[in-house]
Amino acid sequence: MMSHENHGDEDASGYADLRESRDEMESLALDDSSNGPASSSSLTDRQSRRTAFNSILEPPSYAEAIFTSFDSSSSNGFHRNQNLPPRPDPFSHSDFLRIWVSDPRKEQELAANSLVPGGTTYYTYLITTRTNLPEYGGPGSEFSVRRRFKDVVTLSDRLSESYRGFFVPIRPDKSLVDSQVMQMGQFVEQRRSALEKYLNRLASHPAVQKSEELRVFLVVKGKLPLAKSIDVASRMLDGAVRLPKQLLGDAAAAAAATVEASQATQPARGGRDLLRMLRELKQSVANDWGRVKPLVVEEDKEFLERKEWLVEFEHHLSNISKEAETLVKAQQDTGETMGELGLAFVKLTNFETEEAILDSQRVRATDMKNLATAAVKASRLYRELNAQTVKHLDKLHEYLGVMLAANGAFSDRSSALLTVQTLSSDLVSLQSRIEKLEAASSKIFGGDRSRMRKIEDLKETARVTEDAKSCAVREYERIKDNNRDELERFDKERHIDFMDMLKGFVLNQVTPRRWQMRGRISQRKLSDMLEMAAENFGFELLFS
Amino acid sequence: MITVRSVSGSSQSPRSPSSQPFLSVSVTDPVKLGNGVQAYISYRVITKTNFPEYQGPEKIVIRRYSDFVWLRDRLFEKYKGIFIPPLPEKSAVEKFRFSAEFIEMRRQALDIFVNRIASHQELQQSEDLRTFLQADEEMMERLRSHETGIFKKKPADLMQIFKDVQSRVSDVVLGKEKPVEESNPEYEKLKNYVFELENHLAEAQKHAYRLVKRHRELGQSLSDFGKAAKLLGACEGNALGKAFSELGAKSETLSIKLQKEAHQLLMSFEEPLKDYVRAVQSIKATIAERANAFRQQCELAETIKLKEINLDKLMLTRSDKVGEAEIEYKELKAASEEATNRFETIVRLMNEEIVRFQEQKTVDMGIAFHEFAKGQARLANGIADAWRSLLPKLEVCSS
Repeated sequence: MMSHENHGDEDASGYADLRESRDEMESLALDDSSNGPASSSSLTDRQSRRTAFNSILEPPSYAEAIFTSFDSSSSNGFHRNQNLPPRPDPFSHSDFLRIWVSDPRKEQELAANSLVPGGTTYYTYLITTRTNLPEYGGPGSEFSVRRRFKDVVTLSDRLSESYRGFFVPIRPDKSLVDSQVMQMGQFVEQRRSALEKYLNRLASHPAVQKSEELRVFLVVKGKLPLAKSIDVASRMLDGAVRLPKQLLGDAAAAAAATVEASQATQPARGGRDLLRMLRELKQSVANDWGRVKPLVVEEDKEFLERKEWLVEFEHHLSNISKEAETLVKAQQDTGETMGELGLAFVKLTNFETEEAILDSQRVRATDMKNLATAAVKASRLYRELNAQTVKHLDKLHEYLGVMLAANGAFSDRSSALLTVQTLSSDLVSLQSRIEKLEAASSKIFGGDRSRMRKIEDLKETARVTEDAKSCAVREYERIKDNNRDELERFDKERHIDFMDMLKGFVLNQVTPRRWQMRGRISQRKLSDMLEMAAENFGFELLFS
Repeated sequence: MITVRSVSGSSQSPRSPSSQPFLSVSVTDPVKLGNGVQAYISYRVITKTNFPEYQGPEKIVIRRYSDFVWLRDRLFEKYKGIFIPPLPEKSAVEKFRFSAEFIEMRRQALDIFVNRIASHQELQQSEDLRTFLQADEEMMERLRSHETGIFKKKPADLMQIFKDVQSRVSDVVLGKEKPVEESNPEYEKLKNYVFELENHLAEAQKHAYRLVKRHRELGQSLSDFGKAAKLLGACEGNALGKAFSELGAKSETLSIKLQKEAHQLLMSFEEPLKDYVRAVQSIKATIAERANAFRQQCELAETIKLKEINLDKLMLTRSDKVGEAEIEYKELKAASEEATNRFETIVRLMNEEIVRFQEQKTVDMGIAFHEFAKGQARLANGIADAWRSLLPKLEVCSS
């Protein structure tokens, strides 16, 4: 997403030829000499097919090596060696903040209130942070805490409250998408990976990075000391103490409930602050259907245009992301079939050589073997190509997540606007009621005591509402500013990210990074090999 | 594209006066004729030759698939022991029957079929071949429809079928349930080789066909991806948008390259492999024929022995059936000799054929693999070059 270049390996700028690899994983032991034939046992299932590859051409570690990603942004290596600290990163940016999620553990929830003894189980994850940020203790700081997914939800909710108007990254889903079916182990791994990505996105957001909520989440051991929400109404329901002013005031006045000023800075929580929700709902209906335009409207034309553009952008982005997925799959399939074909060649060659009854059959044996080797190598080229392609095109998918965050930011804006509009209408109706009462009471000499009191109450309410409205307006303006800043940031970072992605993708197609770095086979080398194989076959044709 | 042309002598111009004998055939120009269910494809068959038995130096006729089938069946009947070149299969799927690709694949296979016959020393002398290459269309139709169903078999063959059934039954009754087979270890080895070869070739062909499909799918996905990239590019506008548009355009170009390569792969690699699978199946048919011939020879030998014993018996008893029996005995002796000849011819021919087959296979497979390697090299280079050419454009966009 909008990340800084924390991980230096993802450098796609320039097509510098061979860079020293910071890669400490085992490299592919690509043996260029043709080895002995594979034992032609039944090779029907995928696993044994891969083993067959191995026995022909590779040492056993190959299969593992090619399927783990290789740069430092990968978590797999760390995941396996949980006792080792993450590799020291030579970069010491002052805003470096990097997070790893590992070691999922099953734990029991002691459900004291539950009727069923024993309670439910849940998983916790080890969250390890390394950072240079001064807020966290300066360069070389490292922390480890254990958290469960519920904690992540809390963190996410709190950030949404505190960072209205920002493109706050969206947290992973609570449950599986309908179409997915998987084992628990697979699910836990998927969640672990998603959490890691999410936390690092939070860490790369310039504003969220500095947040107290995040710091607490990452640093404080034991139970997460974050309340689920600072919303007053929900706190009431959770047993918090403070009662809103409305309950202390006049019962009648409570019916035309005021909004405490601080509450004006929060959106009406779903279902909790019913009265306020109802009023804002009424307001939004009036906005849409009423004959009178609301007093405050979204005037920022530039914003509206931008928003429209974003809708179109999201549509195209979603489209290309889908096609990218198909492309990756097609590349994968091609590589696989190439490998199977190569294997079939090997079997055919071996058969012809061993079972040959005439010399003519043996003539081509070496050439065939070479071709078979070339085919198998081509297959591996495709696979490597693909592993990298996936990583590059994944950026597209990431930005779909950014679009979701953007939508969140825009709905913060519209709900803040709605609050302002509601309060404005309230104010207007209060004013008119006051006027009416004043007009009526001025007709009676000396005034009507109860009416006077009522006028005073209403004027008090109006003052409070005025305050609340000011707060709401300030909040709305703040959110608008956040929106604008975030949109600028989005534009800038999107340009950089997408350009990098395109260059990386194209560069990779020319020569897969891994192979480029190791000076091993490239598309160019592969084609040379194939051409040579072609010539070998053609050689005899000239002399036939 | 693999073509097998006449091998007898060098390829000299047909008009050269002191030219060596040659026979060159080409199957071209497929045309759809007829309507609806009756529709079929007709091919133009052009013959160029200086064989004296032929009507002239050049002849053009129109033939359809079932004519080729007729030729093949006739040759199979007449030239037992020789590996008759295989024909492409009838299409099972109706829909596919008239697709351009299928027609081209079939045309190529038929062309190879006829040329193989024309370049085979014995087969090229066949009268049926001459008929096929020269007869007018009406005669061809008569011949073709005459040879359907059980009328394919001549009466003598029908008798043989009955005899076969008879002997098989008696074998079972007598407890000799296994059909009589040669006990020739070298031949056994050959048979095993043939059967296994078919498996290996079939597997290679299967994967080759899948690879063709994969190339096509990859091409399609590149095209779709390219379109999506262009749309996004148009939406983005400015430099980044241009970058996406360039990427999209390049992607579409590559898609075309892939589709072309897929077609090449199909025609120059997958089809030859399939051709050889069929060729091996043809060998299996010859193996069956040899087994038949062997069995006949054995049975006749058995029958003769019995007849001998019977004849001796009759002679001893001075029966008046002796004359009859002697005639029968002579006839059987002649038939037995004939059967033995037939069998031995088959054995001899097969030995020659196997050598020829292996040599030809080595050449043809060599060509096929050469084409495969060339095609893949071409593709790899094409892809790398295409993307490489995009890099400077991207640089421009990002500066």
